[in-house]
Amino acid sequence: MTDNNSYIIDFQNVYKSFDDKKVLRGLNLSIRRGETLVVLGRSGCGKSVMLKILLGLLPADSGQVFVENTEITELVEGSLFTIRQKIGMLFQGAALFDSLTVAENVAFALKEHSKKSAAEIDEIVKKNLQFVDLEGTEQLMPSDLSGGMRKRVALARAMAYQPQIMLYDEPTTGLDPITATTINALIRKTQKELGVTSIVVTHELDSGFSVADRVAVINDGVIIEIGTIEEIKNSGNEFVQRFIAGPK
Amino acid sequence: MKDRLQPIIRFLIHLHGITELFGRTVFYSFIKPFYLRDTIEQMHSIGVRSLIIIIMTSGFTGMVLSLQSGYEMAIYGAKMYVGTLVSVSLVRELGPVLVSLVVAGRVGAGITAELGSMNVTEQLDAMRALGTNPIKKLASTRFKAILVMLPLLTIIGDMVGILGGLVVATSSLGISSSFYWTTVVRAITFNDIVTGLIKPFVFAMIIATISCYMGFTARGGTKGVGEATTQSVVVSSILIFIFDFFITKLIFAITW
Repeated sequence: MTDNNSYIIDFQNVYKSFDDKKVLRGLNLSIRRGETLVVLGRSGCGKSVMLKILLGLLPADSGQVFVENTEITELVEGSLFTIRQKIGMLFQGAALFDSLTVAENVAFALKEHSKKSAAEIDEIVKKNLQFVDLEGTEQLMPSDLSGGMRKRVALARAMAYQPQIMLYDEPTTGLDPITATTINALIRKTQKELGVTSIVVTHELDSGFSVADRVAVINDGVIIEIGTIEEIKNSGNEFVQRFIAGPK
Repeated sequence: MKDRLQPIIRFLIHLHGITELFGRTVFYSFIKPFYLRDTIEQMHSIGVRSLIIIIMTSGFTGMVLSLQSGYEMAIYGAKMYVGTLVSVSLVRELGPVLVSLVVAGRVGAGITAELGSMNVTEQLDAMRALGTNPIKKLASTRFKAILVMLPLLTIIGDMVGILGGLVVATSSLGISSSFYWTTVVRAITFNDIVTGLIKPFVFAMIIATISCYMGFTARGGTKGVGEATTQSVVVSSILIFIFDFFITKLIFAITW
């Protein structure tokens, strides 16, 4: 782990391949406590894989990942629970449990792992749904919700256990501009009001720049540039400039 | 050379995966939390909702068996013993295999499709991210439910099949009801009952493990889920026949 204790997450020389396809090729990335770091990169460049390694959902081939000074790459499934309690994740497709209602989805982790009473859990569910402006949807099924609503419920679910770190996998992909703006506002609100550290991976520049404290650009499995929005915009790196310029 | 070895390597990888899943599922079945409510829901879904199809298939199988064997046995003057043939065939062999195949088709396919869909839509990852082990919450509950319900369904299937045989024996073969029951009771031994209950117990493990494994490893969107579902039924059915042979052989070796 780096000496600087302000870093809550630290990727050190992480490699990951799927069969012959090398996805991460020595990824190094440190995330400061309380910041929102946006990781920009093309589709399929390993952004989601990076988040899944951080949660222990995928094993790294080599390298180390630290979460609050705990090295997680060598932990077995059972031991990862303590780490996962600190991290919430918003999946790309929301990943709500189809067979459960909105309220049951949000209450899932609390019912599974906490000793809170049913009334306390109901109160937390209500509060979290209010946070994402979805009060009154408790009894709806995921199939009754629009794409944006599903993402907001998934955010409420991820926040239910009060994580210190939030991971967002392409939070605005496939959403209309107005709904995307709502989700971006929620990401900012989550960081400001609850003080969580956030990693947002996306290939959408506008969305990324609207929530970022710092921006990292990933290409070919390594971070090629990292800095503030201004620093990224003024980067001399050719790929970064092409990525920012977009299609001509 | 590498290409030629690919199917063998794939087979060994699957074999390892299935064995590992089986071991973990059994292990987690004895570790808290037991997810009793989920298990009971699965027992209802697997057992109660399979009743109609089990009654229909077993009943008509018993009737056909009685009809076919009755006319053949009449040639040798043994028509009166159709109850013996129907009951022994059903309890020892047809009941466990037939019910298990029906359950593999109805329940096993459903489990693979459900878990496969959860897998390709990242619901299993979300469950793990929320600190819950999918093998424990999803596989172990289904495993326990099938383990309890399949032997029960087999007993029901055997009884309905024997009743189906009775209907044909009395209505078409001119055998009295009391004589039919006498031959049935005399024919079935304790060994037959034990054999008939060991088999569905083993088949239940096969169906639960294969269907969960195929669901957990489904890849490639809805097409992949469809393929996994088909493979689940095919592999379970083949394994049921293979294990049926070896269990029968083992039991004969022990008891004879």
